[in-house]
Amino acid sequence: MKPVKSFADLQKRKNEILEKKHLGEKTRVRVHMGTSGLASGAKEIYEFFRLELEKRNIDTNVISTGDMGYCFAEPTVEVTRPGEDPVVFGNVDKLKADEIIEKYIKNGEFVDGVLPVNYQTI
Amino acid sequence: MSGKRIQILVCGGTSCSGNQGEAVLDNLKLELEANALENNVTVSRTGCFGLCNLGPVVKIMPGEIIYTGVTPDNAREIVSEHIMKGRKVERLLYKESSTGKIMATEKEMASHKKQVRIVLRNCGIINPEDIEDAIAHKAYEALGKVLTEMKPLDVIKIIKDSGLRGRGGGGFSTGLKWEIAWKNKSDIKYVVCNADEGDPGAFMDRSVLEGDPHAILEAMAICGFSIEAHKGLIYIRAEYPLAVARLKTAITQAREYGLLGKNIMGTGFDFDIEIRYGAGAFVCGEETALIHSMEGLRGEPTVKPPFPAEAGFMGKPTNVNNVETFACISPIILKGSEWFSSIGTAKSKGTKVFALAGKINNVGLIEVPMGTTLREVIYEIGGGIRKGKEFKAAQTGGPSGGCLTGKHLDTPIDFDNLIAAGSMMGSGGLIVMDEDDCMVSMARFFLEFTVEESCGKCSPCRIGNKRLHELLEHITKGKGTLADLDRLKNMSLVIKDTSLCGLGQSSPNPVLSTLENFRDEYVSHVTKKKCPAGQCKDLMEYFIISANCVGCTACARVCPVGAITGERKEPHLINPAICIKCGACMEKCKFDAIIIQ
Repeated sequence: MKPVKSFADLQKRKNEILEKKHLGEKTRVRVHMGTSGLASGAKEIYEFFRLELEKRNIDTNVISTGDMGYCFAEPTVEVTRPGEDPVVFGNVDKLKADEIIEKYIKNGEFVDGVLPVNYQTI
Repeated sequence: MSGKRIQILVCGGTSCSGNQGEAVLDNLKLELEANALENNVTVSRTGCFGLCNLGPVVKIMPGEIIYTGVTPDNAREIVSEHIMKGRKVERLLYKESSTGKIMATEKEMASHKKQVRIVLRNCGIINPEDIEDAIAHKAYEALGKVLTEMKPLDVIKIIKDSGLRGRGGGGFSTGLKWEIAWKNKSDIKYVVCNADEGDPGAFMDRSVLEGDPHAILEAMAICGFSIEAHKGLIYIRAEYPLAVARLKTAITQAREYGLLGKNIMGTGFDFDIEIRYGAGAFVCGEETALIHSMEGLRGEPTVKPPFPAEAGFMGKPTNVNNVETFACISPIILKGSEWFSSIGTAKSKGTKVFALAGKINNVGLIEVPMGTTLREVIYEIGGGIRKGKEFKAAQTGGPSGGCLTGKHLDTPIDFDNLIAAGSMMGSGGLIVMDEDDCMVSMARFFLEFTVEESCGKCSPCRIGNKRLHELLEHITKGKGTLADLDRLKNMSLVIKDTSLCGLGQSSPNPVLSTLENFRDEYVSHVTKKKCPAGQCKDLMEYFIISANCVGCTACARVCPVGAITGERKEPHLINPAICIKCGACMEKCKFDAIIIQ
């Protein structure tokens, strides 16, 4: 990767990254993998999503991130369907993960255990 | 079936479900079935919406319409009007009392949510191991702005005007700190990030480093530019392996992208960052001890002045800030000091991240504007006390802080109010205690921690805390006297006044504040030799109420030391001389015949 040459270059790259993200946008699955997520088994859930989504031929991006602070409901997973707001699911085990794939990722149908956005952000 | 199907979300947070939320959910399902809509509309239970004072809350998608104060009787109307006819039930929409304005959608309701995420803005959103994801979320934009459009003093002025105060505990003005470091001219200066988070139960710095490491690197570079330093050091405890790994990845990627190192973004500014590991000593959170530890010396504090801003790391001017403080920098640069200072109270600006722990339902991290009350934090965001018990106290500031009690529930939390209440902000750990917690034991626990963590350099802290701990142990064993309570207080005050660094100056706080707020509990320990919360093992005795005992022998069989005797179908007896007070019998008894005296 070439170093960023100037502030304008940084902004150009940011726009390129954003554009790339929007082109052929896929459903994004973020598994929250900070210490408390990992301690509750987030790694297994991450692998489950990667394997199962591929097996079931659903084109998605599975990403690992830090924790959101929902320690009481770990592991937590955030799913963003193209053009829709992200939805966070709490206490995800393999059963729940399967339900999320079959109902929410495929059809946009909610399952129990959604953690609503209970904050404002900047 | 398309994504456009109608979905009803019912808040399943503690507050809403305790307020007939479950019945709302059941009735909605019944109404849908009655209208043969159950296959077209889904109803699901969610976590807390953060609108607890307006509950029960129901959200309908698409449209994100929020209904507040929904009763089970309203289910029919919601289904027949909103779902079947597509008409909103105006009556149940939230109307702002001051303006009368109707707020129908979740976006409009956002300002009613108690949490505001500035520090945690990217945690859980970006992939911390992918710098491109961070750049897409504005990472390094503030650095670019600073390097191309501003002078060091402009940056310092913005930070000063924003009113940002150090989040590590002391609450000193960050802008002022930077200004002092800028004023001390030297060929080499250092920027240090204090990631030695040591309070028991606090983990906000760890989460930021794990979730958004670039925010810290960027802010350190901005600080470097402002104070004219070219070298940054992150002091992090080695027991945060994941945070260390992600920081390392972030530093490598930032160097590859030319965002750290020589000639950043072609502006001619050089800044690089290295990681230094701590062995997890609490005292190394104190800046002089931290610097000594980084220099390879014993982690012991030294007298200030000289402050690190004059002679810090390797004797050079050094600016030390906490992780959370650094995490506030980029948003302030991008959005301006006025934006930041519009959040919070008169003297404490911005937001504070708290790590909620203890007897609270929603354990985890929250970020609220300064000035939010303890009641809002515990009951609206934290979901209330576990098992519906009574709130007794909340310890803020960890082993250096004090406890807040029922009378402080409605005090706005900020730096100054906490000090006035005999506690302190500390780094933001908030441990909640309920009616079953003994405050004397709590004070003893924290003292045990400080005794372990005292570096031993100055005698008030080394010897004094040890003696305090011994006194507390005496009291919890029923060997204390009333005179001991005065001794506790006097000794605490002496330790506070004469200790060298913040550790000893604040370590007696848990004792002083529990003595002040829960004196009757101490008195009961020393005069009646009873622990009101039933926590102090040496002061309690298990006892069988013979009227309730049916002689099932369950307790006698579970007792590991054979302290319980009695014939079948006859009331049993516990021999206090043998009993080890493990409580196993009480758990087993189905007839509530065993009590603690």
